Amino acid sequence: MANPEVPHRPWTQRYHVAAIGWSALLIALLVASSIMTGANFSIFLANIDQFFALLGQMSHPTWAYTKIIIQPLYETIQMALLGTTIGAALAVPFSLLAASNLVTNQILRNLIRFFLDLVRTLPDLLMAAIFVAIFGIGSTAGVVTLAIFSFGMVSKLFYEVIETIDMGPLEALKSVGASKVTLIWYAVLPQILNQFVSYFLYTLEINVRASTVLGYLGAGGIGVYLQRSLGEFNYGATAVIILATLVVVLIIDGLSNHLRRVLL
Amino acid sequence: MAATQPATDSIISFRHVNKVYANGTVGLKDINFDIPRGQFLVVVGLSGAGKSTLLRTINRLHEISSGEIQIDNEAISAYKGKALRQLRCHIGMIFQNFNLVKRSSVEKNVLSGLVGYYPTWKCVLGLFSAHDHQRVVQALDRVSLTPKIFARADELSGGQQQRVAIARTLMQDPHIILADEPVASLDPRTSKDVMDTLKRLNREDGITVIVNLHSVAIARQYADRIIGLRAGELVYDEPIANVTEANLDQIYN
Ligand SMILES: Nc1ncnc2c1ncn2[C@@H]1O[C@H](COP(=O)(O)OP(=O)(O)OP(=O)(O)O)[C@@H](O)[C@H]1O
Ligand SMILES: [Mg+2]
Repeated sequence: MANPEVPHRPWTQRYHVAAIGWSALLIALLVASSIMTGANFSIFLANIDQFFALLGQMSHPTWAYTKIIIQPLYETIQMALLGTTIGAALAVPFSLLAASNLVTNQILRNLIRFFLDLVRTLPDLLMAAIFVAIFGIGSTAGVVTLAIFSFGMVSKLFYEVIETIDMGPLEALKSVGASKVTLIWYAVLPQILNQFVSYFLYTLEINVRASTVLGYLGAGGIGVYLQRSLGEFNYGATAVIILATLVVVLIIDGLSNHLRRVLL
Repeated sequence: MAATQPATDSIISFRHVNKVYANGTVGLKDINFDIPRGQFLVVVGLSGAGKSTLLRTINRLHEISSGEIQIDNEAISAYKGKALRQLRCHIGMIFQNFNLVKRSSVEKNVLSGLVGYYPTWKCVLGLFSAHDHQRVVQALDRVSLTPKIFARADELSGGQQQRVAIARTLMQDPHIILADEPVASLDPRTSKDVMDTLKRLNREDGITVIVNLHSVAIARQYADRIIGLRAGELVYDEPIANVTEANLDQIYN
C-alpha cells in the first residue's frame, strides 16, 4: 500500500519554536522579576523552620474559642452576602452595556469598559482603609468595599459570558418587534442566568475570604478577631478562625456546585 | 380571506433595491419585483447569492442602501422605533436554526411571538391575557405539539423545534411569513412536515409566504412562483407553471 503524501511541516512548526520561545521568555521574566523585587528563595528556605513552628502551635486549636467567633463569623457572611449582592446587581446593566454583541456603539462600550477597568484597579485594602475613615470602624465600610470590589470583578465576568451567547434567539425576538428591554429579558437573560448565579457564588466565596482580611482594617466581621488573636500570639484561636472560614467557604462551594447542577 | 383577492394586489414591492454591506460586498443589485398577496414564493440561488439578505430587508433586520421596499403600498425604510416594531409584529420569520431560546419552555417561546403587541413592562412581568394563553394552546395544536407545551425547547427534536418556531410565528397573526432555509437542517420526512405546515398556513389563512430554499426539488413541489438570485441580481422569475429543469439551470450558471 502506498503511503499517502503528507504535506511538509515548516521547521518552525516541527521543532515547536513558538512554544519553546514563549516558555523561555516566561522563565526569563520570572527570574528577572524576582531579582528586581529582591524576592529571595534562599530567605524563604532559611526561615521555613519558623513556618513549621507556627504551624505546630496552630495544630492545637482552642476549640472553646468557637463560641466567641460565631457572631462575628455570621457578621462576615452577612457583609459578604450584602456586598456581593449589591455589586452583582449593579454589574448587570454595566455588563450588558459592555458586551460587544449587544452594544454596537463602540465609543459607549469602550467608555464603560474603561470605567470598569478603573474600578478593578482600585486595591480593596486601600478602599477599605478609605471607607473606614469615612464611615468609621464597622461593617458599613466592609460592605461598601466588597460591593465595589464585586462590581468590578463580576462586571467583567458577566460581559464575557454575555459575549458567548447564541445570537439566534435575539434575531428572532427582534423580528417579532421586541423592544430592547424585552429582547434582553427573553433572549439574553435565560441564556446567561445559570452562569450569572455561578459567578455570583464564586464572588461570594472570594468575598468571605476577603472580608476576613478587611476586618484587619476595622471593616467589621471575623477579621477583627483574626487580628486580635495574631496580635496576642494566640495561635490556637487563629487556627479556629481559619478552620471556621474554611468551613464557610466549603459550604458556599458545595451550594454553588449544587445550584449549578440544578440550574443547568 | 386574502387568498381570494386578485393577484394584482401586491403586498410587497421591491423598487430598484440595492444593498451594499459595510465591507463593500454587494448583497443585492437593482432588485425589482412584486409579490401578490397570498402567494407562496420560493427564492433559490447558490450560497452567497443574497437570499438571506433579500429576506431580511423585508422586515428591516437589514437596511437597504438605496431604492425602496413597499409593504401594503407603504415605503418602510423611514419607519423608526415603535412604527418599525409594529411593522415587524405582522411579519413572521422562521430560521434555519430555529432560533428558540433553548433554556426556556415551549410555552414561553411561543408567547414570545406576542411581545410586539404588549408594552415592555407587561412582557417582563409575563402578564399575557388569558385569551392569549389560550391562543398558545391553539397555535401548538396546529403544529401538533400541544403535549410538549411545558417541555424545555432543547428537549425537542429539530423538526419539533421548527414547529415551535412556526407556532411562535402564528401568535403574531402574521400577514407575511419569511422563512430562511427552514428545512436545511432537517431530514426529508421532517422537512415535508414543516413545508406542509407552511403551505397549509398559506392556503388556509391566506398568509403570504416567502421561503429561501437550497433544494430545487422542494421548491418546485411547493412554490406558486420561483425567483432566482445570482450574485445579488434577480436572474429568474417564473410562475410554477413555466418552471422547467432547463430554465432553472440558468440560475446556477
Ligand atoms: N453582515 C455581512 N457583512 C458583509 N457581508 C455580508 C454580510 N452578510 C452577508 N454578506 C455577504 O453578502 C452576500 C450575500 O449573503 P447572503 O447571506 O444573503 O447569501 P445567501 O444566498 O443567503 O447564502 P446561503 O445560501 O449560504 O445562506 C455574500 O457574499 C455574503 O458573504
Ligand atoms: Mg442564507
